Amino acid sequence: MALFEATNVHGGYGGMNILNGVNMSLEADEIGVIVGPNGAGKSTMLKAIFGLLHVNEGNIQLRGESITNADPVELVKRKMAFVPQEKNIFPSLTVEENLEMGAFIRHDDFQPMLDKVYSFFPPLADKRKQPAGELSGGQRQMVAMGRALMTEPSLILLDEPTAGLSPLYMSEIFERIISINKAGVGVLMVEQHAKQALKIAHKGFVLVAGQNRFTDTGQNLINDPEVAKAFLGG
Amino acid sequence: MNEFVFFINNVVISGLTIGSIYALGAVGITLIFSILRFAHFAHADLMTLGAFFAFFLTAMFPAVGPAIGLPTAFVMLPLAMVMTAIAAIYIDKGFYKPLRRHGVKPIVIVMASLGVTLMLQGLIRMFMGTSARSMYIDDRKGIHRLDMPFELASRPIVITDPQIIIIVLLVIIVIALHLFLNRTRLGKAMRAMSDNPDLARVSGINTDTVVKVTWVIAGSLAAIAGTMLSLDVSLKPDLSFHLLLPIFAAAIVGGVGHPYGALAGGFVIGFAETLSVFNWAVLLRPWRDYLWFDLPATLAFVPSEYKITVPFFILLAILVWRPTGLFKGKVL
Amino acid sequence: MLMKLPMKETLMIVALAVAVLLLMQVMGTAYGVRVLVEASCYAIIALGLTIQWGYAGLFNAGIMGFVAIGGFSAMLLTFPVNQSFWESDLSGELGVAFLKLVAAVALVAAVMQLHRIKVPRSIRLPIILIVMATLYLWVVNGFAPVTQNIVSQHGFIGGFGLPVWAGWLVGGILAGTVAYFIGHICLGLRSDYLAIATLGVAEIIKAFLKNSDWLTRGTLTVSPLPWPVPGASEVGFVMARALYLSVTAVLIAIIFYLLHRAYNGPWGRMMRAIRDNELSSSAMGKDVNQRRLEVFVLGCILMGIGGAALATFNGIFDPNGYLPLNHTFLIWVMVILGGPGNNLGTIFGAVFVYVIWVMSEPVALFILNSISYLGDLWFAWEAPSDFSSRALQARVFSIGLIITLVLRYAPKGLFPEKVQHHQ
Repeated sequence: MALFEATNVHGGYGGMNILNGVNMSLEADEIGVIVGPNGAGKSTMLKAIFGLLHVNEGNIQLRGESITNADPVELVKRKMAFVPQEKNIFPSLTVEENLEMGAFIRHDDFQPMLDKVYSFFPPLADKRKQPAGELSGGQRQMVAMGRALMTEPSLILLDEPTAGLSPLYMSEIFERIISINKAGVGVLMVEQHAKQALKIAHKGFVLVAGQNRFTDTGQNLINDPEVAKAFLGG
Repeated sequence: MNEFVFFINNVVISGLTIGSIYALGAVGITLIFSILRFAHFAHADLMTLGAFFAFFLTAMFPAVGPAIGLPTAFVMLPLAMVMTAIAAIYIDKGFYKPLRRHGVKPIVIVMASLGVTLMLQGLIRMFMGTSARSMYIDDRKGIHRLDMPFELASRPIVITDPQIIIIVLLVIIVIALHLFLNRTRLGKAMRAMSDNPDLARVSGINTDTVVKVTWVIAGSLAAIAGTMLSLDVSLKPDLSFHLLLPIFAAAIVGGVGHPYGALAGGFVIGFAETLSVFNWAVLLRPWRDYLWFDLPATLAFVPSEYKITVPFFILLAILVWRPTGLFKGKVL
Repeated sequence: MLMKLPMKETLMIVALAVAVLLLMQVMGTAYGVRVLVEASCYAIIALGLTIQWGYAGLFNAGIMGFVAIGGFSAMLLTFPVNQSFWESDLSGELGVAFLKLVAAVALVAAVMQLHRIKVPRSIRLPIILIVMATLYLWVVNGFAPVTQNIVSQHGFIGGFGLPVWAGWLVGGILAGTVAYFIGHICLGLRSDYLAIATLGVAEIIKAFLKNSDWLTRGTLTVSPLPWPVPGASEVGFVMARALYLSVTAVLIAIIFYLLHRAYNGPWGRMMRAIRDNELSSSAMGKDVNQRRLEVFVLGCILMGIGGAALATFNGIFDPNGYLPLNHTFLIWVMVILGGPGNNLGTIFGAVFVYVIWVMSEPVALFILNSISYLGDLWFAWEAPSDFSSRALQARVFSIGLIITLVLRYAPKGLFPEKVQHHQ
């Protein structure tokens, strides 16, 4: 059974549909990458999955159970996590408090997970008492991802994790995503840097106008001349 | 020296007292503002409601205080706090939450809070009548006269029980609030929600619980402030009218969304009021022979009937000069 | 263009007319016309609010203050001249006090320019504060003896004896000026700040009018204010009030026509665009704050005129009579119940709510007296002495309840704003 499956998802804001039938599926140990032109509904799809947007039609499942239009708090309890693209940290809280907030629903001892996050993101360990708003862009992204990992999710949704970062930081973030995935977390992310992202992807979804245009393994999509020409800048 | 004692009695002590009251109200306003993002106009009436609950309990058990040696209304305060907190939660449930669910603009909720103001005022006056009442029923206000150990000071420093209690209470509350916001899971969640409400929801923070906790804190602090003010002066149904502007000014001066700023703002407003109605002629009298002008009998910046203008002009000045407040509020 | 009224709205207007006729039958024609005149004054004030809230989404919580300014201006300009004061030395002394005020303002303005001669900031602020405090005390102590003497020797300075229309006009201008300063400070900030600031300014205006005995006679009140039409002693109550009603009705008609044109013109479209979508309008290069300031000032001018008309009709200027309850929240109920942004709905709401408001007092008193009578009869229960004044507070409660209920269940009011879609 697939970890995550979305079939024929329609949805949007205020009666206007942005998603017009999106299909996706992901296994437990896979990285899925959503690419496509601006306005194709990539981020909208993530929000629809995480219950932040009303799905009018279609079905979304996590481990075979329907999570269509579920409340975000409920989804966090079901071991899903979401990292928004912007405003994804609590700026006046310290790094450690940010991570604690990720573990808000946990009532057990989350110290081991805290240590694990610091081992994923060593730069954060030195700055645990510093307000997150004072960190650099890349470190903020690490705080945001660390916060999402605190519940030990089985699926993490990342909305453009490398937006606004320098190429050096970009490859560092991608490396972290691979190691998170190796630790047994399914990753579904939206990326502007399509080529680099597809390289680390097990599955790629090319969305255009709220529908799947191409769906294949990451490598196959990179090699597909049509995809390369239209979406990967030649 | 008597002039100095006069200054301490009329400025230092009364400034500290009224400043503490304003600070407690302003903390509530600023917390509600940072969690729910609207200016809660009914807050001063929540304070009156709390005082009314304390009065009601005092009238029911008037003998409790004298038995312990504290003002009865103060002994009843914990119960009044619980009642006010419950009232605050139900007011939110009945009048603000449905509007939030509807996704209206914040200003519409502000208006609803004005509606709640009127309802609370109407209710309180229906039950209480319109006259002022003393919170002391079977006991009497303790007044302490501290004689100065100097030859020249023949007048004592005067401080009352409620004034001592409110100042001590404020110190305890500040420490408790600090520990709550920085050490507890819910306190941190409140700060998180004030920082970024959408992310709080996405992180799995139960925002309904945080909202409830906010009302509990704001309601209890309002009950304390209202009760202590009525103990110090008297319980008047139009208490809220004299509190609304100062507590909002205090919250904005401190930087909205900033609890410590609200505390500071409360004292800024409290001292500004007492300093501006203080008769400076008394302090200058010993030097009257050296002054180049005739010292008038009263030399106050503001006649006491214009006291209400002081918080307002401080508010305008801060909006012009530094709208984020002294401590750089987050929400603007 | 013909205005087509849907069935529901026509019915409501007819029902209101019937209710007013019934009121006249029961309480007498003179009383009924009086209620109508007062309702028409409230309608002018409510039109001021409907453009602020309905057109631009601005929250004015201090309507009372602007209404009071209007009333004050009507009193000051139209009340007969107090010859004994103007012929005494005190008028000169008052002039000197005002000159001191002007000089102080000029000096403060000059000190504010210190940065031009490169005085460092750290010194500037203390200098400004000290100069302001000193000048303030100087001016206040300049006024105090003069105003005290005016009160003890002449009562107050009297009016200017000008025609009534001048008083109403200046009332609008004064209210607009105050609104300009408040709006200038607050409109760039969160909308809540305007609410707090207007609430404060209303209380301060009232405190000033109440305590400036030399200007307003304070709690002693000023009456009778001259009318623009023949008074009751000349033509009888009904006729005089009917004439007055025709004046306010013409005023409403003019305001209504001008607002209708503005609302449907480019200015109104822009206002609605700003209200409904602030971000995109500012992206389109529209100066949002400037437009809001215009609408705020305009609304307050109408409130000032309405307040002046109300004070003139009552024939008395009583600073204590300005209550936030009647002059702020009643207006709010009129506007949100009638339909914010809909001028006809606002006028309907004004008359409707005012009639209910006026009627609720005798009805409530009747019920209360029955209760205490029956209580006494059946249970030997003695009502507290202030029972009726307490129970009238139920009206305060009801206003609050109506506001919250309308906001929740009928946010567009009885006459929803008709938004034209250009497809």
